[in-house]
Amino acid sequence: MQEYLEITIGAVLVYNFVLARFLGICPFLGVSKKLDTALGMSGAVVFVMTMASLITSIIYNYFLKAPIEIGGKTYNIGFLQIILFIVVIASLVQLVEILLQKLSPPLYKALGIYLPLITTNCAVMGVATLNATQNYSILKATIFGFFSGLGFSLALVMFSSLRERLELADVPKPFQGMAIALITAGILAMAFIGFSGMC
Amino acid sequence: METMWIAVAVLAGMGIILGATIGIAAKIFKVETDPRIELVTELLPGVNCGGCGKAGCADFAKALVAGEEQPGKCPVCSQEAVSSIARALGIEAGETEKKVAVVLCSGDNNKSKVKVLYNGVSDCVSASLIAGGPKGCAYGCLGMASCARACPFQAIEIINGLAVVHPHLCVGCGKCVETCPRDLVKLTPISAKVHVYCNSPEKAPIKKKVCTEPCIGCRKCLKAGEEGQFIMRGFLAEVNYDNAPDTDITEKAACPTGCLKIAKNHLAIEQAEVA
Repeated sequence: MQEYLEITIGAVLVYNFVLARFLGICPFLGVSKKLDTALGMSGAVVFVMTMASLITSIIYNYFLKAPIEIGGKTYNIGFLQIILFIVVIASLVQLVEILLQKLSPPLYKALGIYLPLITTNCAVMGVATLNATQNYSILKATIFGFFSGLGFSLALVMFSSLRERLELADVPKPFQGMAIALITAGILAMAFIGFSGMC
Repeated sequence: METMWIAVAVLAGMGIILGATIGIAAKIFKVETDPRIELVTELLPGVNCGGCGKAGCADFAKALVAGEEQPGKCPVCSQEAVSSIARALGIEAGETEKKVAVVLCSGDNNKSKVKVLYNGVSDCVSASLIAGGPKGCAYGCLGMASCARACPFQAIEIINGLAVVHPHLCVGCGKCVETCPRDLVKLTPISAKVHVYCNSPEKAPIKKKVCTEPCIGCRKCLKAGEEGQFIMRGFLAEVNYDNAPDTDITEKAACPTGCLKIAKNHLAIEQAEVA
């Protein structure tokens, strides 16, 4: 039980994907101007990260971890991990998008444009690679993926609310726009460093 | 050597499997869309300004094809674009008079008196919530650029504390009209070149105390113009945009304060004041 608690709290707070691992900075800065777009993006990230973790950990656990046997010979294809993950995640998102469009139009409308945006995001790729290096089981990997997505959402929602407030603030000219956003992100990251060492 | 072939085989196999899955899924779960929607979306400007009231150009195209909207509702489209869309769909083009936003106020920092020192958030809505803002006139432009920030086309400039529309940049999407807490910004037909740059219906002496260029309600423009070209709202003359006067009205009327101006001149005057 404690192990799972460590995974969840670790993924959300201590090793937050954006603010402690610095993965997925592109959507973090790109779609954080408004709270509602940030929420849409968050939903898509949680969804894709969970799915990607599940599928990649299945592939990792059954094909990549140990050498596989084909026709009496054993082959180690662990070195193909990164390229396989990229291909699988990209096509998984594509597939999910097609299915959503048909089966759940409202969900498709809500996640719509954000889904293809995060296909090849490094946070999604990162969660798959981390699952592999940590040697997580399929269940653990899925949980880790889901909570990593939540951590990303937490950072994104927080940051976008901050930026909405910054819009109204009297920012000195040289710091306006992206400059103050980056400074804010830095301070936010420093705050999250306070969690380090918790687990 | 063998490892290389394995890698090639694994990736090729993976590619074939995934490609086939997506291909089959796309076939099975195909969503039938009207091909005209794509066609119309391409004809629309694609700036997604929301001036038509829809979420974006693609959304507007959907409504057009469904027959819920008329192509003329797009404020950004040129006349040709509207008619080409109408032709593509085989429908009437609808109302197409292009509209331009005007900020009906002349009260820049030189002309309008400042009532109090305002040190709060630099935003018109916020300022108007605190005792009606820093300027003396309770109807005039606050000059804190809420409209300029809302404009997707950068057509509004704050010159010397007054929002001024660049008529050639404005497409008439109406975003600014929604943001202005004072309802100063109006969408006017592009054929109307002359405007009364005042929005206060108060009596002349009250206006004169806080502004050097108000409409004092002298009715000179009403007398100089043809019947029905101007209307009085309280002590404020307004251009009747259904029957807008020609540009020579400014000379004929000889507005004593000078708040009856041609849009282009208004911009030039404000720009000259800063320079």
